[in-house]
Amino acid sequence: MELIGPSGESLAAHRQRLGPLPALPSGELIAELESSGLLGRGGAGFPVGRKWRAVAERSSGRAVVLANGAEGEPLSRKDRSLMAARPHLVIDGALLAAQAVGADDIIFYIGAEHRAADAAIRHALAERPADIRGRAQIVTAPTGYVSGEESAAVHFVNAGDARPTTTPPRPFERGVGGRPTLVQNVESLALAALIARRGRDWYTDKGRRGGIGMITVSGAVNRAGVQEVDFGSTMGDAAAAAGGLRGDAQAVLLGGYFGGWADVDEQWGLPLDPRSMRARGLALGCGVIHFLSADSCGVEATTRIMAYLASQSARQCGPCVFGLPAIAEATQRLATRSPQKDDLDRIVRWSGQLVGRGACHHPDGAVGLIRSALQLFADDFAQHQRRRCLSVSRPERVAVA
Amino acid sequence: MGEMLQVDRIRCDGHGLCAELLPELISLDDWGYPIVKSGPVPEHLSELARRAVDDCPVLALRLASMTAVTLKR
Repeated sequence: MELIGPSGESLAAHRQRLGPLPALPSGELIAELESSGLLGRGGAGFPVGRKWRAVAERSSGRAVVLANGAEGEPLSRKDRSLMAARPHLVIDGALLAAQAVGADDIIFYIGAEHRAADAAIRHALAERPADIRGRAQIVTAPTGYVSGEESAAVHFVNAGDARPTTTPPRPFERGVGGRPTLVQNVESLALAALIARRGRDWYTDKGRRGGIGMITVSGAVNRAGVQEVDFGSTMGDAAAAAGGLRGDAQAVLLGGYFGGWADVDEQWGLPLDPRSMRARGLALGCGVIHFLSADSCGVEATTRIMAYLASQSARQCGPCVFGLPAIAEATQRLATRSPQKDDLDRIVRWSGQLVGRGACHHPDGAVGLIRSALQLFADDFAQHQRRRCLSVSRPERVAVA
Repeated sequence: MGEMLQVDRIRCDGHGLCAELLPELISLDDWGYPIVKSGPVPEHLSELARRAVDDCPVLALRLASMTAVTLKR
């Protein structure tokens, strides 16, 4: 296991396990990352090498690296567990990124609730020499789904306001203190630090499809938790590693709240690599796999997620401020089988209108979720519009989303 | 080179003037916020588009060249 381990690996243990950090010329490391095919692990899956290059081209030696450990996704645990277990690997990644893009300052942006992660990074930084400590600082990210969005992270560091800003300029153009800023998820940084040591071939030879990553499995499984997988392994393998399904699962949420619902049987053999998933219209996102138990109601589970996402709007852009609550409330009425006449039609219409109409991608993500629900739970939604529910154990039971 | 209408979503307060001036390209959602037709602004509408941009009470509408937009992501 490269990314999972007991809490707080010391610098000595880290060095003994992996050896020293290689000193690669900037261009070489970026080229290595580009040809490794490493995609960002924060959710959007943007190519890591290309992102580093964009910052390097603008930096003039005064860029900033912001290691993003906000992890606001309610079903994800992998970033906090990585920071807690392998703090030095995350720091290595940030140092390499700083060297490669030409940054003097490094910020570790860690979610306020991730106390073990925060303590581990703090302790690990204290083990590093003074010149590194002097360039690094920890910033506590406020709780909230959008706090980790990259423009929101930069905005918080600059002005204490963790709401997204209008782009362009994007952080790689003008970020922290107006300087070009690389905002990179902590797992992406850790993987970059492994690729720097072992070369791109090590990464691309991993598993049958090349690459490794961390996932969080939860819901109707016997042992929910964080796993390290190689991209050749399947969703079924992940369920097995989580102790198997608890009873039957009627659906699976892939990629977290910005991901989508999928059919369990259909996707059982799905390889967990971002490219294969994209080819099937799915997304690995931040690596969340959540199984919905057979006796849960898909409409109800979707309602809880939509209500949460509506509540997490930064409340800046009209379509998000009004559109998400409208969808959430209509879904709620359907879930409680007290719909207005056109609720289902309205949800369909509204979700078609919201895409691309926010400063950030919050409405896009929320709409992706509801659309996948309308598709997978089409029968359930239709029945709910008629005040009926297809699930067996109704109505009190509340599923855990 | 074509131009394209862009809305600063944080600035936009849903006054709806743009949709009045340029219904060919801009409609409003149920809450009065603009839905802009994608693609370049056709030549014969560019004058009206410019007016919509100038008249937006909160300066949330702008015309951007298509290349700048495609480079963004």
